[in-house]
Amino acid sequence: MRHARILFEGAVHDAAEDDGGLLLADGRRVAAESVSWLPPLAPTPRPRTILALGLNYADHAKELAFKAPDEPLVFIKGESTLTGHRQITRRPSGVQFMHYECELVVVIGKTARKVRRDDAYDFVRGYTVANDYAIRDYLENWYRPNLRVKNRDTCTPIGPWLVDAADIPDPMSLALQTTVDGKLTQSGNTKDMIFDVPFLIEYFSSFMTLSPGDLILTGTPDGVVDCQPGDVVVTEIERIGALVNTIQGDA
Amino acid sequence: MSYLPSGTVYGVLLNFREEFDALRPQMYAPPYNAPPVAPVLYLKTANTWSTHGSAIPVPARVPEVKVGATVGMVIGAQGDVEGFVLMNDLSIPHTSFFRPPVRFKCLDGFLGIGAAMLDAQEVSDPADFRLEVRINGEPRQFVDFSQTMRSAEQLLSDVGAFMTLAHGEVLMLGCGAGRPRARVGDRIEISAPGFDTLVNTLVGEAA
Repeated sequence: MRHARILFEGAVHDAAEDDGGLLLADGRRVAAESVSWLPPLAPTPRPRTILALGLNYADHAKELAFKAPDEPLVFIKGESTLTGHRQITRRPSGVQFMHYECELVVVIGKTARKVRRDDAYDFVRGYTVANDYAIRDYLENWYRPNLRVKNRDTCTPIGPWLVDAADIPDPMSLALQTTVDGKLTQSGNTKDMIFDVPFLIEYFSSFMTLSPGDLILTGTPDGVVDCQPGDVVVTEIERIGALVNTIQGDA
Repeated sequence: MSYLPSGTVYGVLLNFREEFDALRPQMYAPPYNAPPVAPVLYLKTANTWSTHGSAIPVPARVPEVKVGATVGMVIGAQGDVEGFVLMNDLSIPHTSFFRPPVRFKCLDGFLGIGAAMLDAQEVSDPADFRLEVRINGEPRQFVDFSQTMRSAEQLLSDVGAFMTLAHGEVLMLGCGAGRPRARVGDRIEISAPGFDTLVNTLVGEAA
């Protein structure tokens, strides 16, 4: 099943996909166009841990002139950088290079501590899509990628759906693509990840306990290009969903 | 009940002059190539949070941890400062600051958190904070918040220029130079005038 969280008539609702529309938890059916989309994530009692991978596809590492890492390059994002499907992301004025990154997101389903990779999928609640925007003008070689590049307000759209793990038998074989104003600019497959989902769950849970609702953004393949105000950027993963976002220029 | 943050906890690297100056000779060489311009931030995820008085587990592979005595600035509803709380930002010692320090800083329990928040109205100037770190009763570090690179106000403003800190989120003001190390069995006390002392003990992680 595909789950969403939406704002409709001033209230937040859990919803499920229903024949192209949305079925609200209270039984009402509403059109997808009539709602405002939130990240498809239930609130967590403590701030959600959002782990994100850099250089996790060999081709992207090459594109950015880095050798593939021996261990995961991971950074952390705060929850306030998240925004929903069909929302806007702001491009600061005067920047030269702001690019999308289409990423498969793992949503943790139960407390994970020292999990073995063979058991890793038991700890997955489901999957969604993130667009992990970066503004490269602000890159500095201190805790790189630094938060000024990666943790800006509105710069991590996520959704539209949280898709149950049971519906995705093999998350390591899904096509990803990004279009900018309808033109295909990025194309890859999750099978090309350097560190796959079971590895990542084993690796992180070896030193930090993951809780239900925590996220792992698994990195992006080759093909990132600059996005300008007005561009409609669609990051899409086979069987998971197509996440639509529009760039807005800061005045 | 002990205070726990309701939002994300952020830390800042190199916010004390002595620490910054000590690293300055390396800042122009690879991999850094230039001193940092914007505040260099990191996160202490919720799994790291340890209440005052609790035992903090240290994995067997980690012989020593670095103590990071600091003050967390708690953000108010209007983006103002609601209060301040003592924090013990533990790390596995590491020398490179090129990549994010997740595996050094985000271990379970690696952030001691003071039992109570000191209301901002009780604080005339965060630059007046003076912290003392004792390990097993021995004084090991004195942190003088008049020696920061960015004042609390400046830090809040420079961070706010690129991301919004929400109500209940916490921005730690940095750890001073000469941070002491501690090991399993040690009792770490962080005290400061106006605050209740923060105490945590390091214990071996259960296998």
